[in-house]
Amino acid sequence: MSEVARYTRRVVLGAGLAMAATVALGGGFALAADTVKLGVSIPAATHGFTGGIVWWANQAKAELEKAHPNLKITVKTASGAPEQANQLQDLVTVTGINSLVIFPFESAALTQPVMQAKKKGVYVTVVDRGLTDTSAQDAYIAGDNTAFGRIPAEYIAKKYNGKANIVALRGIPTTLDNERWEAFTGVLKQYPDIKILDGKYANWNRDDAFKVTQDFLTRFKDIDVIWAADDDMAFGVLKAIEQAKRTDIKEVFGGAGSKTMVKTIMDGSNPLIHADVSYSPKFIYDAIKMTAEARLKGDKLPATYIIPSSLITKENAKEFYFPDSPY
Amino acid sequence: MPSGQMPAGQTSAPTPATEVRAVSTAKPARRFDPHRFGPVVGLILLLVIGTALNPDFATWGNLMNVLTRTAFIGIISIGMCFVIISGGIDLSVGSMAALIAGSMILVMNALAASVGSPVAVVALGVLFALLLGGGFGLAHGYLITRGRIEPFIVTLGTLGIFRAVLTWLADGGAITLDNDLSDAYGPVYYGNLLGIPIPVWVFLAVSVAGAVLLNRTAFGRYVQAIGSNEQVARFAAVDVDRVKLLTYGLLGVCVGIATVLYVPRLGSASPTTGLLWELEAIAAVIVGGTSFKGGEGRIAGTVIGAVLLSVISNILNLTSIISVYLNAAVQGCVIIAVAFLQRRRP
Repeated sequence: MSEVARYTRRVVLGAGLAMAATVALGGGFALAADTVKLGVSIPAATHGFTGGIVWWANQAKAELEKAHPNLKITVKTASGAPEQANQLQDLVTVTGINSLVIFPFESAALTQPVMQAKKKGVYVTVVDRGLTDTSAQDAYIAGDNTAFGRIPAEYIAKKYNGKANIVALRGIPTTLDNERWEAFTGVLKQYPDIKILDGKYANWNRDDAFKVTQDFLTRFKDIDVIWAADDDMAFGVLKAIEQAKRTDIKEVFGGAGSKTMVKTIMDGSNPLIHADVSYSPKFIYDAIKMTAEARLKGDKLPATYIIPSSLITKENAKEFYFPDSPY
Repeated sequence: MPSGQMPAGQTSAPTPATEVRAVSTAKPARRFDPHRFGPVVGLILLLVIGTALNPDFATWGNLMNVLTRTAFIGIISIGMCFVIISGGIDLSVGSMAALIAGSMILVMNALAASVGSPVAVVALGVLFALLLGGGFGLAHGYLITRGRIEPFIVTLGTLGIFRAVLTWLADGGAITLDNDLSDAYGPVYYGNLLGIPIPVWVFLAVSVAGAVLLNRTAFGRYVQAIGSNEQVARFAAVDVDRVKLLTYGLLGVCVGIATVLYVPRLGSASPTTGLLWELEAIAAVIVGGTSFKGGEGRIAGTVIGAVLLSVISNILNLTSIISVYLNAAVQGCVIIAVAFLQRRRP
């Protein structure tokens, strides 16, 4: 259902944009022979991060269509893998796209549908989650999940001189979460005096993070750092610490670089928040931009492009602050 | 139920109330039934296990944490109990809570500019939330009784509608309460009265009110009569549509109360707010010994059911003997075991 509401709004906005574009271009011009029709297939906005994905995708559409009259971008959001597969078919047969940027819900379920699209001559860029058969994609662009776990681990190890008690939150059981978790624990294994007391799933969700943290605080009397592993979850963690009035905790480390978190770091407004690691939904913007510009010139993209994650601290926070994005 | 046990005197010139009482008590007199205490036994067992696994479990602080976080689901479960006893169902409560939370925050943020005192703004916000909840509930009831649509379908529809509208309002992100208002509103969740958090008091008050309403008023008897046999209730001159309408309205108000307690906790609403609350609330009602087919149910059992569900996840968080991957399986086993303990005699 969320799809319906979103779709309706997009249709209204899209129709307005299309009309404006037609008027501005005097019509017809946009249908030059070398038109790139780019389809974008992404998950519907169901939480902060996917909300950001949808916003950045529409941002890319607005900017790029303005800059390139012979580019037409169609953004579709899906609330599950089967719906995404259906939309993919529609994009190919009805909209007649010749390039595709897809953020697949599930690697395995979307591999065949993407393969079908590619066989029809569509240039395919896969974002974030790799397909199980990589021959179905022309390019792969992703955030760096290993760095997402490694950077906070290295930061904590250095800042606390290899001695700290850590509790951690995890997201939803997925390969993505496992990669981050293994990178995090992998680094910290080299420090015998750093103890990871426990790690529990809080589903990338503020409420669950609040509950799990409350229970961690009951269970462990001496905690130095909480790795919240996500900025939404960090929000719940901070509330739980505030309620318990605990003073032993020195730092909460989130993840992804949401605008409120980056602002907090920039202003130094919370004594528990000092740093974050970037994993911005902006990568969908980069992927659309790179694909569109390469296709307009007739170029190909490198087979794999990893968008680096970096440590956000007070010094560089400005570069990661996008006040207009919902995330 | 053997009809021969109906007292003969009931047939002459019955008033609606006496007739209905005859319907709901026309069954063998209740003796001590160990199954009635299934949820209590289950809860006590869990408390013993929890304490054995981690002594911190039995601390006052942890107990209050668990009861406070149970308050949302618990209050919704009490409203849900009425709906299920009357033979209905409401799948939309989680989404409804999310939408009420989001709308309430937007309204309060908007009022903050024109109304000076943050306390007044919060009071208006609370009133708005309760009215909105009651309104949503009555809309359900209206579609079900006048529209003659199955409650499952009506509320499945609104489950999607409510959450989608919230997601749209939030632009996929979160709706956050302004800081001044957050400070004024915070005590509603974080405050204490006599060492017991406010949400626990509210939970207690709603439970007592629910129990009185169900067991000591004509309305309560009508609800049970409709659930046990709607036709008989109709013939007994019970205004079935009106009673049903009111049960959904009541549940809506309960969702409103739960939301009023929920919002000050994080001061925000997002598309994940209230996710799967409907299933937790329904599970609490059924685990507590209410018949899914309607007709009879218990408020005390529902309260225990709700507490039991949150104790399970609390224990799992306080220990690490079981792989985190299996958390949901443990919860499933406990729910089935408790349901078995309180099963009805054939």
